[in-house]
Amino acid sequence: MSAKLARREHRTAWLFLAPLVLVMLMVAVWPLGRTFFFSFTDAYLDDPTVYGMVGFANFIEVIEDPTWWNAVRNTLTFAFISVAIETLLGLGIALLLNEAIPGRGLLRAAILVPWAIPVVVATKIWEWMLNDQFGVFNRILISLGVIDHGIAWTASSSLIMGVVIFVDVWMTTPFMVLLILAGLQTIPGEMMEAAEVDGIPAWKRFWSITLPLLKPAIGVAVLFRALDAIRMFDLAYVLAASNQNVMTVSIYAHDRLVSFQELGVGSAASTWVFLLVALVAIILIGALRLDRSAGN
Amino acid sequence: MSTATAASTPVRAKRRSSAYYRLQRRLRRAMLGVLILLVLAYTLFPYYWAIVSSTKQGAELYTTVFLPALNFTYYRQLFNNSVFMGSLVNSVFVATATTMLSLSLGIITAYALGRMEFPHKRLMLMAILMISIFPQIAVLSGMFELINTLGLYNRPSALVVTYLLSTVPFTTWILTTFIREFPRELEEAALIDGCSHFRILTRILLPLMGPSLASTGILAFILCWHEFLFALTFMLTDENKTVPVAIGLIGGTTRYEYPFGQIMAASVTVTLPLIIVVLIFQRRIVAGLTAGAVKG
Repeated sequence: MSAKLARREHRTAWLFLAPLVLVMLMVAVWPLGRTFFFSFTDAYLDDPTVYGMVGFANFIEVIEDPTWWNAVRNTLTFAFISVAIETLLGLGIALLLNEAIPGRGLLRAAILVPWAIPVVVATKIWEWMLNDQFGVFNRILISLGVIDHGIAWTASSSLIMGVVIFVDVWMTTPFMVLLILAGLQTIPGEMMEAAEVDGIPAWKRFWSITLPLLKPAIGVAVLFRALDAIRMFDLAYVLAASNQNVMTVSIYAHDRLVSFQELGVGSAASTWVFLLVALVAIILIGALRLDRSAGN
Repeated sequence: MSTATAASTPVRAKRRSSAYYRLQRRLRRAMLGVLILLVLAYTLFPYYWAIVSSTKQGAELYTTVFLPALNFTYYRQLFNNSVFMGSLVNSVFVATATTMLSLSLGIITAYALGRMEFPHKRLMLMAILMISIFPQIAVLSGMFELINTLGLYNRPSALVVTYLLSTVPFTTWILTTFIREFPRELEEAALIDGCSHFRILTRILLPLMGPSLASTGILAFILCWHEFLFALTFMLTDENKTVPVAIGLIGGTTRYEYPFGQIMAASVTVTLPLIIVVLIFQRRIVAGLTAGAVKG
């Protein structure tokens, strides 16, 4: 291809990309930039045109607020525990789905159901099932003789985080299963057969062949899920509104911004959330890269 | 089984050991079968219970009967509820419009990313991926301003604009992986014959991409259908709300008057069509979901 032709191709390519670039400038770059900007002002939401510049005061106000740190703790606890459980459970179900057994097709379809249900709806369904008086969960436990009166799962301050994690695991394990299963299907069957013929026990086949080959797939799935878990808003908000025990950083920022109308402080909190997500992303991507280069 | 006899008569030992393996295989199958049933119950029971609860009336709701009572009063109430039906219309409008827009933008961009050579292509791909992991809260303040500037506050079309933030990178990413999987021979022949890129996209690639577009479209539609934070923040009055917010904000005056029957009916109504579509297209949807992640 001559240089002239190549240049023409580049021009056409940018022409094809122009609509996307324009839309992304409008709905991603510009709002993000404006959020950063508002972080340095004392603006209020009812009239954002009136403001003064306050430097880093808003950022300092957020990190001096114990409620913020409580939200950070909740968010990290939630993200860590739920992603860990989802990975283990997802791996287990994916291995099960990879076996040639009857009922596999049915299960593969069924696994999509929790995924297709909106977070709000899933939360409401579990809230109903976990209701202290009439919830089917307590009824079953009582009839099995495990407990003698209903437990207020969603009203108790110590149990509610457990409920949030439990519901999240129910909703998002399907995603894990699908990604890990896709990884499992790339493992050549010959390798497993050879190992089996050599008399290597099943657990060792899993530990020394399946798991190392699955690492990239699991890594990507964990990355996606972890970043999703850290910005979680809807589940905890629908279940408990601004309850301190499960308040996430997103709920904190939303509260400052919308409920208290503090555009400046709210934006600063949002910026902190952005930095938190970026930090976790960098750590996880770094860990994945190291892993991959160590494997090569 | 005595090992002494097995050692003295090799032929019988062989038969016994095959019986032993048969038993082991059967046990293994039975165990896997039980596991499959457990996972099926875990994934399906909550939704089943929502259906059961939505057809029970009054005191029936508080009994642990596992069969639906098939009383559709709540559904009739729901369909006569103009606010709920309005939110259903809003959700359909917002999700359809956003999906159409993001598919058109996505396919043009994906063609450039998948088929053309130009400088900074990798950078472009990285930028798109980065935007798709943006925490929504980080753009909330800026988005507020954007919506107000466009004069769209409290109008469902505002949501179409804001949803592009997550759906456009998502569809672009998936469609790019799909396009790369198509054979290029036909297009190269057309290119040599002097066909323009735009004609190749519309006349050659697009007719082939029906199934890929369908699965990507379903995924984008589901993403919009589930969205909560923007819909909660940018829609003020009841008649402009979308389904997740409408359901999320249904509440009784006290915890004990909570209208769980109605909520379950609404939950089933807004998810059943989605679940049916997902089950019909399950293979394609799984392909779409994993396409971006595994190769990315």
